[in-house]
Amino acid sequence: MPYFDKLNTDHMDILKEIGNIGAGNAATALSRLLNKKIEMNVPDVRIVSFDEMMELVGGAENVVVSVFLRIEGDVSGNMFFMLSLEQAERFIQQMTGYKEFGELGISALQELGNILAGSYLSALADFTNLKLYPSVPALSVDMIGAILQYGLIELSRVGDFAIVVDTALYEADQVQDSVNGHFFLLPDPDSFAPLFRSLGVEMR
Amino acid sequence: MNVVKSPDVIRTSGLGSCVGVVIYDQVREVAGLAHVMLPDSKLAKSSELNIAKYADTAVEALVERVIKEGGRKNALKAKLAGGAQMFQFSTATSDIMRIGPRNVEAVKQQLRRLNIPIVAEDIGGSSGRTIEFNPRTCLLSIRTVNQGVQEI
Repeated sequence: MPYFDKLNTDHMDILKEIGNIGAGNAATALSRLLNKKIEMNVPDVRIVSFDEMMELVGGAENVVVSVFLRIEGDVSGNMFFMLSLEQAERFIQQMTGYKEFGELGISALQELGNILAGSYLSALADFTNLKLYPSVPALSVDMIGAILQYGLIELSRVGDFAIVVDTALYEADQVQDSVNGHFFLLPDPDSFAPLFRSLGVEMR
Repeated sequence: MNVVKSPDVIRTSGLGSCVGVVIYDQVREVAGLAHVMLPDSKLAKSSELNIAKYADTAVEALVERVIKEGGRKNALKAKLAGGAQMFQFSTATSDIMRIGPRNVEAVKQQLRRLNIPIVAEDIGGSSGRTIEFNPRTCLLSIRTVNQGVQEI
């Protein structure tokens, strides 16, 4: 895993700050959309094997709702916004008044994902001055393993490890032990150097 | 990549665009499973090649391991599952987005080359799969979120 060796604690702090700014902006957007208090935890930056990554979100077979975006531009990578089924149902109900995963519910979730991921990425673009072009978001309700495999294809060409910038959001009135939404940012291997350079830190 | 003998079973969970390839010898009750992520080892950018990940290297390596555990070369058969397209994009899809179908095609090409017949398959679609193979019954059980469990 050649490029991981070049990362020091400064780099990890930068990735944390990226998670902080991106998810902070997204949490504000979510809070406005639902008119609710949203809290977030301190971002977690980890270098994990693919298997460990599945464990972070409850195991490969755990069923989640996930919005996926591909990022192109000055840096490229993949982004996932993941929700538990229960939380997705709550959001659907708050936005549409219905509780089912019908056509309307799916459409509302897709829009929610679009708004949140869009605000995450625009904050990141403003902060770094990089051009980022997100794809149209796609939604899937399925096993985590199957969903994340998609985001790991580029990384798997280089090794069996991923650098994950993970930030969790909570509804303030929900129990703290149930993590309600996860943002995963997975930069492509070649994108770390330009990402750090945009913030004035070189990777040697 | 792993090989088991009956009464053990072999499984892999949460297959998306990856393809699960089972190669087995029904009489010797030995079976191997490889979890193919990418169609071609030429896609690898790292110096240390993980042969278990690429269709062109994994299928051959798996056959060798099954034979080493007692499988007979001419009796080997294969079952496949996976290769889904998890996300549907309306915009132009790049090669990476089509990785599921490409994995399936690459695995089949290798099986043809090695003269191993494909007895059953459950491929494509847009659902994740968890699969389990029993070398005694030679049935591959496939679980999806929406369709429950089926055996092929």
